[in-house]
Amino acid sequence: MIPEIGHLALILALAMALAQGLFPLIGAHRGIPSWVAMAKPAAQAHLLFMLVAYGCLTYAFLVHDFSVAYVAHNSNTQLPTLYLISGVWGAHEGSLLFWALTLALWTGAVTFFSRSVPQVMVARVVGVMGLVSVGFLLFMLLTSNPFDRLFNPPAEGRDLNPLLQDPGLAIHPPMLYMGYVGFSVAFAFAIAAMLGGRLDAAWARWSRPWTSVAWVFLTLGIVLGSWWAYYELGWGGWWFWDPVENASFMPWIVGTALMHSLAVTEKRGAFKAWTVLLAIFAFSLSLLGTFLVRSGVLTSVHAFATDPARGVFILLFLGVVVGGSLLLYSWRAAQIKSSVKFQLVSRETGLLLNNVILVVTACSVLLGTLYPLMIDALGGGKISVGPPYFNSVFIPLTVPLALLVGVGALLRWKSDDAAALAVRLLPHLLISVVAGFGLPLIFAPSFSWGAVLGVFLATWVLFTTLQWLRERAGAGRGLWQALRSTPRGGWGMVFGHLGIAVFVLGVALTSIYSTEKDLRLEPGENYSLGGYDFLFEGVDVTQGPNFTANRGRVVISRDGAHVATLHPEKRVYAVQRMPMTEAGIDAGLFRDLFVALGEPLGEEGAWAVRIYHKPFVRWIWLGGLFMSLGGLLAASDRRYFKLARKARLTADQAAAGATA
Amino acid sequence: MKARFLIPLGIFLVVVVFLAIGLTKDPRDVPSVLINEKAPEFVLPDLLDPEKQVRSADMRGRVWLLNVWGTWCPECWREHDFLKYLAKSEGVAIIGIDWRDERGEALAFLRNKGNPFLAVGFDPDSQAIMDWGVYGAPETFLIDKKGFIRWKHTGAITSQLWREELKALMQRLEAES
Repeated sequence: MIPEIGHLALILALAMALAQGLFPLIGAHRGIPSWVAMAKPAAQAHLLFMLVAYGCLTYAFLVHDFSVAYVAHNSNTQLPTLYLISGVWGAHEGSLLFWALTLALWTGAVTFFSRSVPQVMVARVVGVMGLVSVGFLLFMLLTSNPFDRLFNPPAEGRDLNPLLQDPGLAIHPPMLYMGYVGFSVAFAFAIAAMLGGRLDAAWARWSRPWTSVAWVFLTLGIVLGSWWAYYELGWGGWWFWDPVENASFMPWIVGTALMHSLAVTEKRGAFKAWTVLLAIFAFSLSLLGTFLVRSGVLTSVHAFATDPARGVFILLFLGVVVGGSLLLYSWRAAQIKSSVKFQLVSRETGLLLNNVILVVTACSVLLGTLYPLMIDALGGGKISVGPPYFNSVFIPLTVPLALLVGVGALLRWKSDDAAALAVRLLPHLLISVVAGFGLPLIFAPSFSWGAVLGVFLATWVLFTTLQWLRERAGAGRGLWQALRSTPRGGWGMVFGHLGIAVFVLGVALTSIYSTEKDLRLEPGENYSLGGYDFLFEGVDVTQGPNFTANRGRVVISRDGAHVATLHPEKRVYAVQRMPMTEAGIDAGLFRDLFVALGEPLGEEGAWAVRIYHKPFVRWIWLGGLFMSLGGLLAASDRRYFKLARKARLTADQAAAGATA
Repeated sequence: MKARFLIPLGIFLVVVVFLAIGLTKDPRDVPSVLINEKAPEFVLPDLLDPEKQVRSADMRGRVWLLNVWGTWCPECWREHDFLKYLAKSEGVAIIGIDWRDERGEALAFLRNKGNPFLAVGFDPDSQAIMDWGVYGAPETFLIDKKGFIRWKHTGAITSQLWREELKALMQRLEAES
């Protein structure tokens, strides 16, 4: 009964999404106020039905209703409650339901938090999002219904993929989807602005906080995914350039470019057509990511079970949404007249360079991701493009970006004095060069040009960013007063850019100074790596809720002093019989010690053991957290709320004037 | 309308064409360099009786399938029933290699679900498998009378595959001397 209610709720949500898509858009076009007014109630009803549908599927998981095919395939009575809840989005159908729910949530949020935006604009935004929802709901109902029943329900479910039975992975997809889908808001604002023919600074101001929040979610999602891959896959890596990782990374890069470009459009009225294109591009890449994951065109550890009908549907959908938007763009963008001028040395130029580099980076990642597919399509055989391509393209592109990050913020709008800028920057350049050579020479086990570059770039970003804060002081203001008067948006920029410094340092030092060793260890045997002694004490068998595990014991000491005892595990999950590695990790701010259990070797209790010493690996994720914090601060800047209040006041006054 | 604003649309359409072609291809279907090469020899302990050995050389003069499987591989479970059908009703000779597995698990699996294999080599440490270029299970090779690999399939063998491809090929190879 409950699954049927869920199914019905999905169909009703589709009806609501249709109403939400058609009436406001036509109403706004023809000037019919009652049709425009349908946007909000339709969107909220759509959200309500999505919540009901989602609740029904969650309920089916919680009560182990194996007559629902999706539950039978992805759940088990032995599964802990946390994974019953996260299992809902653990495979194709449920994650699609989650995608659609997220879209409804964002739309609902737009209807609640857009009082400062003219009603017609909100109606168009909600309408565009409604049409996107229609596509996803149709996709679900036609090809991937999560409520499909089994005629002979099995007594026991097939269990959730053991890779997904992990707290980090339970929250990774929701974060990622919130980010992916969040870009639909910026996209809808861009389309709405084009439909209304008003591509001015206003739409940029309205969509800025939305873009920042979506970007924060996406950043957190990617950081969580990277962290999960690090401790769960047992390879000690943190990024693999897997097609699906790239699918989440490309919208992130373009979203980053969009945030910066929106700032120029809002503050200076420049880059109007370009910003619209980026908004379309960011959401298109989110949709492309969905296509790549679910259509089976590329091999990946993340790929869902594939079905050609699904691929065809998403490709059609992608063609309609992106093709339609780009057609509209080619028509509207040609009408924009930009009269804004700026000099070569100016903040506009800095942000333009930022955009160019980011978009080129996104395009090269896209090229690398699609290259195997294109070669195959052209009859060139199967190839795979691995980390060598991406690293050799990505690193040269990020170096100029890091060089520019802090400097761009120091430049004035319109025009700045190049000579004066050089004087302001010279001390920081000297400090960074000294730090770049000095720190690796003093602290590092060996000299490396890569480490020099990494430390130099991190120091440079750090000091140029702090310089921005320092320059806010002066002109009669003390430093403290200047810091206090810095708006949230400014702090957002500072934390975002400091995040880059932290990230660059982490990446450089981890990739250069990490050491690893594959060993055969017998109980009682000792091995020394990176100044730490690893004592292998053997392996016991333990029992988990739905798995049995071989649990190793490794005692780590340094100069005789105990550092940590690690318990790497090799698990076999009862139902899917899939062996899983749980690494033992001793985490630290400056280094991680990482032990993964391989296979048993021989009769004397010897095991293959892999140990790693990874300096500064945490800084990679710490950098991501800093960036997210920056995004949150920027999105919560007071001026967005002030605007909202002002708009409300004028609306109230107008209403009062009308009644008086 | 200025032409330069049509550029993004043009690029997008090209990408869509490639994606559409990509949909018609299977990325997992990596052709083996071993096709029409001499099959690598292997000697493995017998899964059912560790005292005995399974040798590829013993199959000389026959057309046979080598099926790589493991109890940890859900796709192999799905394939198993069809392999039994092939062995029983179609008289296909199948040698299995139980890969990266535990002996107890594998024995219990065959006891419960039936055994389609003439013999099963036990290869927990990927000793023999390495030479065959196997990187996932299930994977199946077709070897002719002279010991050459003539066909290979990654993923489960299905009745459709058997009808449309494998059956005719095996009949042709049987006719070869």
